[in-house]
Amino acid sequence: MSEQLIQQLVNGLLIGFLYSLIAIGLTMIWGVMNIINFAHGDFLMLSMFISFWLYTLYGLDPIFSIPICTGLLFLLGLLIYKYLVSKVMTGPALAQLVVTFGVSIFIANAAVLLWTPDFKMIEKPLLTGTWSFGTIQLSIPKAVASAGSVLVSLALFLFLRKSKTGKAILATEMNRNSALLMGVNTDRVNALSFAIGSALVGIAGAFLSMYYYIYPGVGGTFGLISFCIVALGGFGSIEGAFIAGILIGIVQTLGGYFFDPAYKYAIVFALYLVTVWIRPQGLLGW
Amino acid sequence: MRGERGRGLLFVLTVLLSLSMASAGVAADKVIKIGAVYPLTGNIASTGLDCRRGVELAVDIINGKYPDLNLPLAKDAGLPNLGGAKIEIVFADTKGEPRNGQAEAERLVTQEKVVAMIGAYQSSVTKTASQATERLKIPYVCSDSSSPALTERDLKYFFRVSPHDAIFVRDQFNFLRDLEKARNVKFHTIAALYENTEFGSNVGKQILKVAPEYGYRVVADISYAANATDVTSEVGRLIKASPDVLMHASYITDAILFTKTFKEMGFNPQGITTFAGYIEPGYLPAVKGDGNYFVIRSTFALDLAKRKPLVAKVNELFKKKYGIDMSENAARSFTAPFVLADAMNRAKTTEAEAVVKALLATDIPGDQVLYPWIGIKFDPQSHQNIYAQGTLVQIQDQNYVTVWPFDSAAAPVIWPFPPWKSRK
Repeated sequence: MSEQLIQQLVNGLLIGFLYSLIAIGLTMIWGVMNIINFAHGDFLMLSMFISFWLYTLYGLDPIFSIPICTGLLFLLGLLIYKYLVSKVMTGPALAQLVVTFGVSIFIANAAVLLWTPDFKMIEKPLLTGTWSFGTIQLSIPKAVASAGSVLVSLALFLFLRKSKTGKAILATEMNRNSALLMGVNTDRVNALSFAIGSALVGIAGAFLSMYYYIYPGVGGTFGLISFCIVALGGFGSIEGAFIAGILIGIVQTLGGYFFDPAYKYAIVFALYLVTVWIRPQGLLGW
Repeated sequence: MRGERGRGLLFVLTVLLSLSMASAGVAADKVIKIGAVYPLTGNIASTGLDCRRGVELAVDIINGKYPDLNLPLAKDAGLPNLGGAKIEIVFADTKGEPRNGQAEAERLVTQEKVVAMIGAYQSSVTKTASQATERLKIPYVCSDSSSPALTERDLKYFFRVSPHDAIFVRDQFNFLRDLEKARNVKFHTIAALYENTEFGSNVGKQILKVAPEYGYRVVADISYAANATDVTSEVGRLIKASPDVLMHASYITDAILFTKTFKEMGFNPQGITTFAGYIEPGYLPAVKGDGNYFVIRSTFALDLAKRKPLVAKVNELFKKKYGIDMSENAARSFTAPFVLADAMNRAKTTEAEAVVKALLATDIPGDQVLYPWIGIKFDPQSHQNIYAQGTLVQIQDQNYVTVWPFDSAAAPVIWPFPPWKSRK
């Protein structure tokens, strides 16, 4: 196996874990509420800007902004659910579809207005540089972000399986009416899921801000790929999204390396189409 | 009561209507509307806004009196042959999408009634927008798109002031050859890396075509999507191919991402020469010192002011208006309004056929343009400015410095690039 192949596998994993974390937030909101959060990529962008401004104004390194980004995005999710999404939950399906789309357009344009479309980067993050293992280069901020993504995914998984609230969320995801009959406060579950989904993408944004450029359109491609991951993993399946994220990261880098890089996203979306063809419910969907 | 109110309303409406008609009559005489399509939101909005600044300053200069500026129409207010008519630019947002370029160009002509068009920065967008204006028989002067194909279409109404990528690519190979002679080095292998839309793929095509003429072997030919979130596989291929020199045609997001990935993965060719993205005003603030040493094709750098006082004067005005220095994009977009206004002034009308005829007779001397060109004169067939040429700048200490042609260089080029590991 050539060194470049291992290098590409490593790179695929590094981007894959991050994709997973972004997509898990999205799939959770979908699973519980049957609402596609089109503003997911914009939430990612907001979190990156929060991290950027904490660094620029207060000198706070992005690694320490993680709790703040998470908290603020949790709050944002809660507010958007309470004042927008919950209002259309009983409305027509189209309204449910359009509401987050409107939020997305609003956030993106507000960001251009507030912060200009210029590119920003966190200049000297604490975590920087690469570890070299022979000829294999491992980016330190990406490695930390990946490890963080895995830990957060694991924590979420445990929370959903072990805690009472987590079980209530899972129950609502499986069957809203039965959960309601069992005394689950599904409105509270909705709010919590939307907030947790937003908080997860907030964590991802804080990690990403350590090494990625920041501008109002940064969420675009990430958002698109996370939709693909959610569909590939199975709508609403957290384990599915986790696996599909890694899969897509690896397919993207290896596909780009062995075939033409111009087609690496085509390969990713082809993989998605094939999966849908063979298994319409996605890898782990039911 | 009701009837009275109705009559009152009618009276107000009549007054308003006659007022607006009166002002429309004046406006028709005194204002020339020119459409400008630019990516004002979306992926490269920062670039579009930069272009817009250049256009706005140009219009200020044309419409106002600037006796000490040696630019076409600067000394008079407005267009003297058209009774001092003022230029008004109607901007439209393409979001960087070719389909919007076409739709917005059509809207500007049919609804806003513009008489000419400028823009659209991205070659793919300029292509569709200029197809629309060709159909609608409206003159289009482009000074900011560089795909050679744009002036190979034999369009009647489309003109390009700025150099195109075939010229730029040849410049880069000439630079390498000059470098071989001057520094007693030898290059054998080249890698071509380019984004896969109109602009990048045309540069790629030119690199593949020209490299053998100079005796260089192309060891990697890599196209990629400019909106990629991760480019490690592209850089992996480059490392494996290990070229002496990399030529990279990018927009801005990909330029930032590649710079970071080159550093992260330790890609160290002797040098990297680039197109477009690395000279965007958003690039250096994002990558800071990591941008050092990249060589970029350019038509403009502020150090030209040393030999061209006009550059310093215009930059002073720009800085006064926007608080920042003029960038290459702003300088490029700055030129089209002058060329159009000059042609309309000579034609003494804004009627399309006459303006096209005047454009074909354009002969603006080199001392009236911001760039180190001989001047502006269009080829009668392709409508490409035959006097346009490029220069190369290098980022040294986070500044753009002219390094080629060697005889007009502000500083010697730093070559080979120091490896990433040895940089501070």
